Amino acid sequence: MDRYEHHDYYLLDDLLTEEHKLIRDTARAWLKKEVSPIIEEAYEKAEFPKQIIPGLASIGAFGPYIPEKYGGPGLDQISYGIIMQELERVDSGVRSTSSVQSSLVMYPIWKYGSEEQRMKFLPKLASGEFMGSFGLTEPDHGSNPSGMTTNFKDMGDHYLLNGAKMWISNSPFCDLAVVWAKDESGRIHGLIVERGMEGFTTPETHGKWSLRASATGELVFDNVKVPKENLLPGKSGLGAPLGCLDSARYGIAWGTIGTALDCYDSALRYSKERIQFGKPIAGFQLIQKKLAEMITEITKAQMLTWRLGVLREEGRATSAQISMAKRNNVDMALKIAREARQIHGAMGITNEYSIMRHMMNLESVITYEGTHDIHLLITGKDITGIAAFE
Amino acid sequence: MDILVCISKAPDTTAKIQFTDGNTKFDENGVQFIVNPYDEWYALVRALELKEAGGGSVCIITVGGPEADPVIRKALAIGADKAVRIDAQPTDAGFVAGQIADYAKANSFDLILCGKETINYNGSQVGGMIAAEMDLPYVSQAIKLDVAGATATVERDIQGGVEVLEGNTPLVISCAKGMAEQRIPNMRGIMAARTKPLEVVAPTDRPALTEVVGYDLPPQKTEVKLVDPENAEELINLLRNEAKII
Repeated sequence: MDRYEHHDYYLLDDLLTEEHKLIRDTARAWLKKEVSPIIEEAYEKAEFPKQIIPGLASIGAFGPYIPEKYGGPGLDQISYGIIMQELERVDSGVRSTSSVQSSLVMYPIWKYGSEEQRMKFLPKLASGEFMGSFGLTEPDHGSNPSGMTTNFKDMGDHYLLNGAKMWISNSPFCDLAVVWAKDESGRIHGLIVERGMEGFTTPETHGKWSLRASATGELVFDNVKVPKENLLPGKSGLGAPLGCLDSARYGIAWGTIGTALDCYDSALRYSKERIQFGKPIAGFQLIQKKLAEMITEITKAQMLTWRLGVLREEGRATSAQISMAKRNNVDMALKIAREARQIHGAMGITNEYSIMRHMMNLESVITYEGTHDIHLLITGKDITGIAAFE
Repeated sequence: MDILVCISKAPDTTAKIQFTDGNTKFDENGVQFIVNPYDEWYALVRALELKEAGGGSVCIITVGGPEADPVIRKALAIGADKAVRIDAQPTDAGFVAGQIADYAKANSFDLILCGKETINYNGSQVGGMIAAEMDLPYVSQAIKLDVAGATATVERDIQGGVEVLEGNTPLVISCAKGMAEQRIPNMRGIMAARTKPLEVVAPTDRPALTEVVGYDLPPQKTEVKLVDPENAEELINLLRNEAKII
């Protein structure tokens, strides 16, 4: 049962507008009614609950910042963050589906696409009629995407795409994929590959112990003929997909605060209800240390991330600032999930509580969209001017 | 059909309730307010359903200062067409009902709906008082409402069954559980609410009819004693000699 109560130790809600709060309350009410009751079962069955797609669209979870003329709600960056926070408070996999659709599919079509591509795809992606995926990572190129081997050749009236992408959220059921591949000169471009194109397959990845309520798979291109009008004309080079990742990582920074809040909320309530040695375990110093450190770290992350949202809205947030927030917040949430699990004792390992599910999900979140270590090295490069990963 | 729905703001159910001014005023500091659920889930949603089925408009009205605007925006996001805020503090039920009645008299409505009570004061007075002020029929605690032409059919729970009433519009109805299902606003509704009209109206000259002399919090819950299910004797002993209820 979702008994969540909001925690706002530094009254940061004062920094939000009434509309931000309405967007949050709306997302929260919908999630409580439609997703919380089914998420454990979806996780156990390792199935993405497709029936929630229209609802995700209705709360604005697909491209919150996409302008109204393209079918989006045209919200600000803080609103985007707030929605991601509410989604990930329930499940990182649900947030991942929304992140991919918003930041990795709609964002590049909006920012780098032609007007025809925007009008053709964005309204259907915003309504959930189309679901998208994003192909950057390859079996042999994870932290080093510039080494990708997926490539396309100009055949005159079309492009011929070959290669394979791996660890792709939404791939098994996507209607289209934004795929990053090298042209004959080795320059990276984005291509919109649509379901049904001959030679394009999306085998599902099974056996995950993490993000089980989100579908993951491969994108395989075997001589796929891609129409020339499906190339994103606005930007090329590695900076194009990295711009998408900035947006997605920003969403993760907000989202993982949601996970941390859910773990903290559950641990706080459990520790006040669980009686040992004749009193609630919340009355013991070692439990209080855990709880106090949790809310301290959550509060710091809330402040950092709100500020990042303001900078992003003003167009001033750097990729390195986003890396810092993504790295800090995922790590913070994972540590809180582990501590919360301990506070719940044996109960913490069951699906009566969301803690263990969050913890397992966060093992993916700390790895995808730039690993924990790579983000540290991005900060290192930013402050020293020397890259340690090239 | 034009419907007026009375909405009130109420503290979120998780809010910490405290008083100030010698326990004569509710302390609103740090309290998150919501639309009173009976007004929102039942009165407003049923009004929207009637409008969707038969046309017309849904106007919401509340008595309060600008601090009531967030709950007004939420009601607009759920689907009301326009909003009216009588710009005065809602001092008591008589004052609130008088203000709403004055507005409703000056504007024509076929139905006036409100929740059966607010979840904070539980007064259940405003609907009846509006009807009295306007000399209109009133049905309280309705669980079902249908309108055909100028005839409204209303059901209410009574001891052991259901009472079915019929009346001609205009009339005033307070709405209880069963009338409709909660609607969660969607993003389109939130966006549309930005530009829907919110009319701020100066209050008419009406006095409050009552005065609060004090509030008390319920007594603190005391610790419970757990009795082993096998030990009925101990349970009877405690109920008889300690709780003194048998």
